[in-house]
Amino acid sequence: MKKLSKTTKSNLITYGIVVVAYLVCEILMRTGHMSSLMKGILVPLCIYAILAVSLNLTVGILGELSLGHAGFMCVGAFTGAVFSKCTVEMIAVPGLRFLLALLVGIVCAGICGILIGIPVLRLRGDYLAIVTLAFGEIIKNLVNAIYFGMDKNGLHFSMKDSIALGLEPDGVIIIKGAQGITGTPTDSNFTIGVILLLITLIIVINLVHSRTGRAIMAIRDNRIAAESIGINITKYKILAFSVSAALAGAAGVLYAHNLSTLTALPKNFGYNMSIMILVFVVLGGIGSIRGSMIAAVILTLLPELLRALNEYRMLIYAVVLIAIMIFTWSPKGIALRERYSLAKLLKRREKEVQ
Amino acid sequence: MAVLEVKNLGVSFGGLRAVDDFSLEVAKGQLYGLIGPNGAGKTTVFNMLTGVYKPDNGKILLDEEDITGRSNIEINKAGIARTFQNIRLFSDLTVLDNVKAGLHNQKEYIYSTLTGILRLPRYFQAERAMDERAMELLKVFDLDKEASYKASNLPYGKQRKLEIARALATNPKLLLLDEPAAGMNPNETQELMDTIRFVRDEFHMTILLIEHDMKLVAGICEKLTVLNFGQVLACGDTSEVLQDPKVITAYLGE
Repeated sequence: MKKLSKTTKSNLITYGIVVVAYLVCEILMRTGHMSSLMKGILVPLCIYAILAVSLNLTVGILGELSLGHAGFMCVGAFTGAVFSKCTVEMIAVPGLRFLLALLVGIVCAGICGILIGIPVLRLRGDYLAIVTLAFGEIIKNLVNAIYFGMDKNGLHFSMKDSIALGLEPDGVIIIKGAQGITGTPTDSNFTIGVILLLITLIIVINLVHSRTGRAIMAIRDNRIAAESIGINITKYKILAFSVSAALAGAAGVLYAHNLSTLTALPKNFGYNMSIMILVFVVLGGIGSIRGSMIAAVILTLLPELLRALNEYRMLIYAVVLIAIMIFTWSPKGIALRERYSLAKLLKRREKEVQ
Repeated sequence: MAVLEVKNLGVSFGGLRAVDDFSLEVAKGQLYGLIGPNGAGKTTVFNMLTGVYKPDNGKILLDEEDITGRSNIEINKAGIARTFQNIRLFSDLTVLDNVKAGLHNQKEYIYSTLTGILRLPRYFQAERAMDERAMELLKVFDLDKEASYKASNLPYGKQRKLEIARALATNPKLLLLDEPAAGMNPNETQELMDTIRFVRDEFHMTILLIEHDMKLVAGICEKLTVLNFGQVLACGDTSEVLQDPKVITAYLGE
């Protein structure tokens, strides 16, 4: 067998972590060692991990700060849920229906990514962050104002209220403004979530280690030099941004099909959410795909595990955030990590044995 | 036959005439120097040649093909590659990846984004071929042992060399070097002179360079153009130009 390169090995470890974590959770669930609270959080864990990994493509690989990631998730969630609700009677197989809803959500979020990316990616740094933040909010508020229904004459759309839809008596309202969508088929489960997370990881990791990824990172490191060797800046920036948006859309579809009620609240699709995803990325290590995934899982689990501590919960959460920041970013933390790294300790032991 | 022919090139920034009536002819395989005092417009000429600035008037012909006013990406594809006065490497990429990024537009290595994501056989074939080509180039510059280093961790002199290697990876007809010896000590400069000569002979490259180090200029350039206040002050064989009284007063000093 050929010797694996260092990056291939590191990627396999990432996939391995996901598979092992999945198996452990499945065993715990099957043997009844998992509380219902934990069971309920498994799919959100996958959702946040997908969001963090996809945002890392924009923030870490492309090097542009985006604060509108929850907006793309919102697009994916609503288009996917609308599709599922419209076709719930036509397509009886939940798996197939979810797959199609997923495609719809990904494509719509991706198109949104391209449309927003074209004007927005002319900006850089703080300005880009502000504008993406605004676009995220615009998407959320727009979705809150949409009324959408279906009857035997076809689809109806309004921005005013549900009466303006003018539905026949047999019609159903699918999106009811700020009340959102109710009765989405809950087609997703933990297994689907993990498969989606694996696919996201494969897409992002393979993209990074390809000709396209090299071009994107070249733009991040030095725009002028990238142009001088003939790399099309606009094309690759928009490509990275829209792939990132499309993957956020996939997370949105998963989100929508995990709950039967879907409303665009500041809590789930607002800027707070965008910033939380960014926190996952920053704490996991900007540009580190595996790191952002792990950070997303830990930081989602933590508040739930600390629920017993009641009001001290968020205090501990904040301390952990700071501790991780010191561990991953401060020079002293890095030096400490190198001195006591597992690989080195093992090596030292080997030497002593010899 | 001239690889590069520049006719009456000029550009203004607001009321400032930065470069005026600049003409130049570089023959194939020539080592051509562009010198002059600070602010004379040397780098502006480079920026026009590479499409960063659009000239207001004049013409640029590369191998008799008119490339005036094209974008920098198109000009690189047409066959002009450059290095920068202040080093511009892809600092977080490895040395190898820096050169591979330079191979981006070479036909034999192109594959689509989807091929990369799905890891189709074409991906492995193209990547392997790229690795081989990039290592070949690195070997020429004695950088093959550092291939897996981050570019920013290389010592200064090697970073300069890597920049030249990356420019050569785009397979240019003409290589522009903007002050390649800036910040180098005499030993490094000597080594750089050998490298530039070697690149010219090995790759049959035509090289146009800007430099302030007169030892380097006198040592390797065959012809010179002297620029002063955006205009050509003198032009001709190196030894003649360097003895020209006008050039001595304007730039070299007594």
